[in-house]
Amino acid sequence: MPATKRGSLSIRSQDDVVGVRQAVRRAAVDIGLNLIDQTKIVTAASELARNAFVYGRGGEVLIEDLQESGRRGLRLSFEDHGPGIPDIQKAMTDGYTSGTGLGLGLGGAKRLSDEFQIFSEEGAGTRVVITRWKS
Amino acid sequence: MKQENFTPSSRSRLPEILIREQSSLLADWIESLSASAGGRTGSRSRQQLHEDARTFVTALARGVQDGSLQDLKSSEWSRMHEFLTELSRSRAEEGTSPTETATFLFSFKRPLFGLLKKELAGEPEALAEELWHATALIDGLGLQTTEIFQRSREEIIRRQQQELMDLSTPVVKLWKDILALPLIGTLDSSRTQVVMQNLLEAIVAHSATIAIIDITGVPTVDTLVAQHLLKTVAAARLMGADCIISGIRPQIAQTIIHLGVDLADVTTKATLADAFQLALRRTGGPLPASTASSKQLA
Ligand SMILES: Nc1ncnc2c1ncn2[C@@H]1O[C@H](COP(=O)(O)OP(=O)(O)O)[C@@H](O)[C@H]1O
Ligand SMILES: [Mg+2]
Repeated sequence: MPATKRGSLSIRSQDDVVGVRQAVRRAAVDIGLNLIDQTKIVTAASELARNAFVYGRGGEVLIEDLQESGRRGLRLSFEDHGPGIPDIQKAMTDGYTSGTGLGLGLGGAKRLSDEFQIFSEEGAGTRVVITRWKS
Repeated sequence: MKQENFTPSSRSRLPEILIREQSSLLADWIESLSASAGGRTGSRSRQQLHEDARTFVTALARGVQDGSLQDLKSSEWSRMHEFLTELSRSRAEEGTSPTETATFLFSFKRPLFGLLKKELAGEPEALAEELWHATALIDGLGLQTTEIFQRSREEIIRRQQQELMDLSTPVVKLWKDILALPLIGTLDSSRTQVVMQNLLEAIVAHSATIAIIDITGVPTVDTLVAQHLLKTVAAARLMGADCIISGIRPQIAQTIIHLGVDLADVTTKATLADAFQLALRRTGGPLPASTASSKQLA
């Protein structure tokens, strides 16, 4: 699948989370996502960027344009080198948080995306990749 | 004193001259300030200007006595540094430009050069050298005021931003018992805390029974924003006020549902005007006479 790198941003502060939202919003508008899909991917990105910042000790996001049989999409890959997630299934469970959140970020990001993949290794870090296709 | 003439040229005679002649230097300076100041004193009064000049000359004499001409940032110059800091800060607050402040210090060159010419009349080489020392000294101090000025300017701007931030989310009293909080912009956590705190304080201050939180101006509602909203609603309820959240646009409603955030216990309305009408009904107040008047609120 042809993917074009649009940019990557580091996530080291609360302000960076805001920056990720803005960059994703720009990319979403650029490839022609409608307002609802823009809002969905921006919100999912906000959740994953904050997780990388809060739980992953900071990380980065890669933003890519996708093109597949005339269809356009946006792929976001969040990566950190934090402690990793010991039990992914538990982390994905709605309402579970090891911190003080609502525990809805991972599950919410999955429901807001067309495709969702999560990889994590204890002590090595976490990688979450989401895709939103233009409908 | 004569002995000084035979010291190596690296040892400047400027300190000795400055200390010995400080009162005549000050008198000359104040005179030239008064002469040139006609109408250009800015917001600083003439008396203040003279006071500044006096303090500067005293601090300068102290600096050259204890410290070196080369290192104006050493502790021996601390008194001068204090003075320049105070001068720059008060002038920054008055809105004086850094150029004006530096120009004030540079104007000391005139009496100083005049004095040096008189003192070293028969020694052109020494005169050239001391003029150079004097220029470097006054320029160095002028430069310091610019640096200090910039720092205090940044401080002032930061303070103003903080104030603006508090102001930009005003709690509005819409009616007896009814408050509105129109939220605008990114709800990052530090700001959200301030905003929500303001609302809770206003609820107490106005003994409000209904608070409308309008999120029309909030671009993204993620789980953190939702959590802040839910916490505020719960805290307000403990204080005897019900919250209505208004301004939930269709795309925001959809994402909230996908996120799985439960707003079932919270009253929501599409617009601030709708929320206000509901609030009036609940508090038993009069309904707005026409829809036009309620539209203005939205
Ligand atoms: N990047 C990450 N690194 C380590 N742990 C994570 C990461 N992202 C999520 N987690 C874990 O998954 C849990 C659930 O995350 P999430 O669904 O976003 O809820 P919340 O952020 O409210 O805790 C977190 O509390 C944390 O324990
Ligand atoms: Mg989260």
